Amino acid sequence: MPVRVGIPRFLGYFSYYPWWKTFFEELGLEVVTSPPTNQQILNAGVAEAVNDACIPIKLYHGHVMEIKDQVDILFVPRLVKVRKFGTETFCPKFLGLPDLLQASINNLPEMLDTRVDLTRGCFELFRISRELGERFGASLSKITRAYLHACQALQGYRGLMSRGMFADDALECMEKGYKASQQKEQGSLSIAVLGYPYLVYDNFINMDIVKRLKTLGARALTVEMVSPRQLLREAKNMPKQMFWHYSNRAMHAAYYYLNRKRVDGIIHVTAFACGPDAMLDRLMEIESRRLGRMPFLTLSIDEETGTGGVETRLEAFIDMLKRRRVLE
Amino acid sequence: MKITYPHMGYSYIAFKMLINDLGYEPVVPPEPSKRTIDLGARYAPEFACIPYKVLLGTYLETIEMGAEMAISSGGVGPCRAGYYGVMHQKILNELGYDFKVFILEPPQSNYLDFIKKLKVLKPSVMSWRTFIQLIKKGYSKLEAIDEMEFLMYRFMPYEISKGDTARAFKIALDMLDQAQTEDEIEDARWECRKVMAKVPQDRSRDPLKIGIIGEIYVVLEPAVNFYIQKTLGEMGVYTDRSIWLTSYAQKNVVVEGKVGERDIHEMAHPYLNEMIGGHGINSIGEIVIYAKGGYDGVIQLAPFSCIPEIMAKGIVPRVSREEGIPVMTIFIDEQTAAAGVLTRLEAFLDLLQRRREQKTVKERLA
Repeated sequence: MPVRVGIPRFLGYFSYYPWWKTFFEELGLEVVTSPPTNQQILNAGVAEAVNDACIPIKLYHGHVMEIKDQVDILFVPRLVKVRKFGTETFCPKFLGLPDLLQASINNLPEMLDTRVDLTRGCFELFRISRELGERFGASLSKITRAYLHACQALQGYRGLMSRGMFADDALECMEKGYKASQQKEQGSLSIAVLGYPYLVYDNFINMDIVKRLKTLGARALTVEMVSPRQLLREAKNMPKQMFWHYSNRAMHAAYYYLNRKRVDGIIHVTAFACGPDAMLDRLMEIESRRLGRMPFLTLSIDEETGTGGVETRLEAFIDMLKRRRVLE
Repeated sequence: MKITYPHMGYSYIAFKMLINDLGYEPVVPPEPSKRTIDLGARYAPEFACIPYKVLLGTYLETIEMGAEMAISSGGVGPCRAGYYGVMHQKILNELGYDFKVFILEPPQSNYLDFIKKLKVLKPSVMSWRTFIQLIKKGYSKLEAIDEMEFLMYRFMPYEISKGDTARAFKIALDMLDQAQTEDEIEDARWECRKVMAKVPQDRSRDPLKIGIIGEIYVVLEPAVNFYIQKTLGEMGVYTDRSIWLTSYAQKNVVVEGKVGERDIHEMAHPYLNEMIGGHGINSIGEIVIYAKGGYDGVIQLAPFSCIPEIMAKGIVPRVSREEGIPVMTIFIDEQTAAAGVLTRLEAFLDLLQRRREQKTVKERLA
């Protein structure tokens, strides 16, 4: 029986899952992911995690609880840095995540807390892969092949996303081998839905915001739909870069959409008690006002949020945008 | 130009002198009060931490007093404190104030930038030598202030009549405030030590020993942490706190990770294996150090929504269990009230007292 590797379907999942999955499967391991977020996962997470933590961290605990008994080894990479960009790292909660899990959950299976700091050298990712592969006793040629395929998969995934697909659809596409169908949705309004991938793409916790927007006749654009190079070009707008990878990306995307006037409004999806977002949210609000008085909505998500409240706020926001358009 | 700076414990005395020496007019920030926090909380993002709100409130108050510029410190993350400057500037601009927030980044992140910024602060007629001497002088004053505060908390649990040490500390602070030259500061420091040592003490007592750890601002600013060390001292508890402005400056700003800091990180390693910004890893390591040093308990002070301290808090139960030392975490925000904190302190002290009694009984039986 192959070794079963557990991957919680949250946090880094939405950015790097194709890489992880391809790599582990090429090494001959069985990949087990937790089911999409549901109420039970949320409850388990709220019960297990430290009470002051933000929702994403609580949810991650819930996902771990869900699969910890079905796997031999749990993959919780310690994401530190993925690009050389100022002093940018991931949020401190990502940095200490494996330690936090160890402290708060009992009876954890063995944990694979690979430290990912890609700024240490050009071949750092390969070095990490080799370390991972050797842990499972794979030969160098096998590891190299798995590594190349994994990188290819991730590139494909990112390509699909940059062509306007959401994480779910893109993953399904890759799973079933569909060709990307260029779906140009004709919404009358386009709205930038900015925020961290694990909030924007997790349809349970964000109350299906994308679908809701679609029924209201609006098209959602996300951070991942802008190419990394274009995002980096927007960095010059900030007097000082933020310290958090996802926050920088979201802010750069905001500048991208603001400067090009490509959207009718911006929705910032944020988690209740998210530390970096306290800064990011206000900065986005100030810049939206400064650069062309762009309508701006903050959608704060917590464990108690009801769908009714979100729906009302979205409807009001869209109505406002439509009236604005008529007046113009 | 009228320059202000954040209020942090008793350090305002040294900064006042330094700014005055440089030929600017210092605007001494008022001690953070209810009004400061209210002002800050009104304009700050909801989930910003309390230091951010207090600083914003302080700037708004000093603007009323005529300040035109504030000098504060930056940072390289991932703690949010490093981004305070940018956000304060943006928010104050939005409110329509012509106020500059001048941020000194830590030198090792960018030496050239650091020197350029110092050049702005240095009056053009002053030589670099005098400039550096003035900064050194300010630093020695800061050290003297730290030393007196340290002595106050050392002596408090032993004082025979309550309030003596606090009074002596006030006299000492005044003396240090008067001292202007390098020699005067040195003399005043000796005098202050004498004043503090004169407080009548009863050394036969065996007070509870508590270590205070946590995020630097709420640990250093008594007005924000409800004078926790003074309160505990008056209750007859011996407290030791892990962070001081001067030792802090030595460890973190000038030579990162050379003095003591590395030991703390090593201590934290079994529990937390990564720098998570702020004082997160220090908090974990210091609990271990206090446990090994025979302390009865530890109190962790943290601003509500502080990312590194929340991480630390999540790991604390494990450290506490494995090292055998009780830890209480107090999160502070604009809603925290003194009475609630006091109740929790009293309960914690009761617990520690009982624990100690049980321990002595067990030892006697064994």
